[in-house]
Amino acid sequence: MFRRLAAVTGLWLVFTAGGAGAQDTDRSGKLLLTGGVSSVEGAGGGGLAPWALITGYGSPGQVGANVHATVVDLPDYQFRSGGIALGLQDRLELSYARQTFDTGATGAQLGLGQGFTFRQDVLGAKLRVLGDAVYDQDRWTPQVAIGAQWKSNNQPGVIAAIGGRDHEGVDYYVAATKILLDHSVLLNGTVRATRANQGGLLGFGGDRKDDYSLQFEGSAGVLLSKRLLVGAEYRTKPDNLGFAREDDWFDLFAAYAVNKNLSITAAYADLGDIATFEDQRGLYLSIQAGF
Amino acid sequence: MRSTFGLTLSALLVLASPAAAQPTPWAQPGETAIDPYAVDNANAGARPLADGAVFEAFGGADGVSRIVDDLVDRSVRDPRLEEIFKPTDLVRLRRTLKEQVCFILGGPCAYTGRDMASSHKDLGVTTAEFNALVENLQGAMDAAGVPFRAQNRLLAKLAPMKGDVVER
Repeated sequence: MFRRLAAVTGLWLVFTAGGAGAQDTDRSGKLLLTGGVSSVEGAGGGGLAPWALITGYGSPGQVGANVHATVVDLPDYQFRSGGIALGLQDRLELSYARQTFDTGATGAQLGLGQGFTFRQDVLGAKLRVLGDAVYDQDRWTPQVAIGAQWKSNNQPGVIAAIGGRDHEGVDYYVAATKILLDHSVLLNGTVRATRANQGGLLGFGGDRKDDYSLQFEGSAGVLLSKRLLVGAEYRTKPDNLGFAREDDWFDLFAAYAVNKNLSITAAYADLGDIATFEDQRGLYLSIQAGF
Repeated sequence: MRSTFGLTLSALLVLASPAAAQPTPWAQPGETAIDPYAVDNANAGARPLADGAVFEAFGGADGVSRIVDDLVDRSVRDPRLEEIFKPTDLVRLRRTLKEQVCFILGGPCAYTGRDMASSHKDLGVTTAEFNALVENLQGAMDAAGVPFRAQNRLLAKLAPMKGDVVER
């Protein structure tokens, strides 16, 4: 995992080296970290939850864009995500992420075969509808965005075999983000309507429950400097499949903006039980490069 | 901070009709006279902080003065802001900015500048330019050793002014 991540990092450092030293003349319109980092589903936010912030450093009249690579190394699986996101006019965000859920040696024990891998494509759109998390410091109202994520999983056969109803699905969410600058605090709450099992990696709907349910995703962070945000996230999940219990997700994260072209997020992530394998806790590492 | 951008228009007006301009009693030597306006602390655009801890963290009036001078120096040579700062009366700008920051931090200062909307009218300030100024202010506060949390107490007061400053 680290070798792969290091290789990717090296590549991006080469790409972004030109911009890294040019901060004084950078024309991007937003302040550091005010686009969030890249969540595992590609949207700008924390690591596990989308926030109402629009990704990138584009202000009105500008476009921001970034790419990300994320690895979550768990005891019995490895989860990876890579993708691209555009922030248009600090208003609309479009994102794409390719998620890979690698069962490694666990695949054999699950009867799927050694190294069996689920892949999921996530197309996301997010629209800022209300407020401004950064500037509205004289009122309590948050920045609010609505979003949708179209997900398509490449393993319909396995999903059907474990009781999943579909290999494709759409999540809808409303996110509210508030930065309390006089306390150096960031808060986010997201409500998601979803049928996804393990975010869609195990399909959508199930033998236990097939309907949409409302889930809550909460994030809280403290700005320790203009470059460093540390915090925690909690994401509730449905429990649609009969064969294995699904748990809520939790993480403790530190997001560091090297500059406006590069940010690195490290987290301790607890993803609970996944497909009968218990206590999937491990290191989350993510790198985001863009402008 | 917003009075930063405010002087261009008034300077132009003065050049166009010097007879209309009256010097204000607060003006320092070297300031260009501008049209009279009602002086009021409310023009500062934010209520002052109640506790004195932040003003102290800025080093009092002397600290504020150094930080504002550094902010203006950074902004004048910032290519992102040169269109706005080049034609500006920097003598008046430094004075009114120091007054404004000192007043907002709860220091013993009165603000004698104009309000944020009228001082930025027709300057066409963008969000990106507003943020560039914030970055320069952060740089000046960093250089002066103002703790991050104290910096954010000031920025929280300045951030809502964006609505009056930014026009496009």
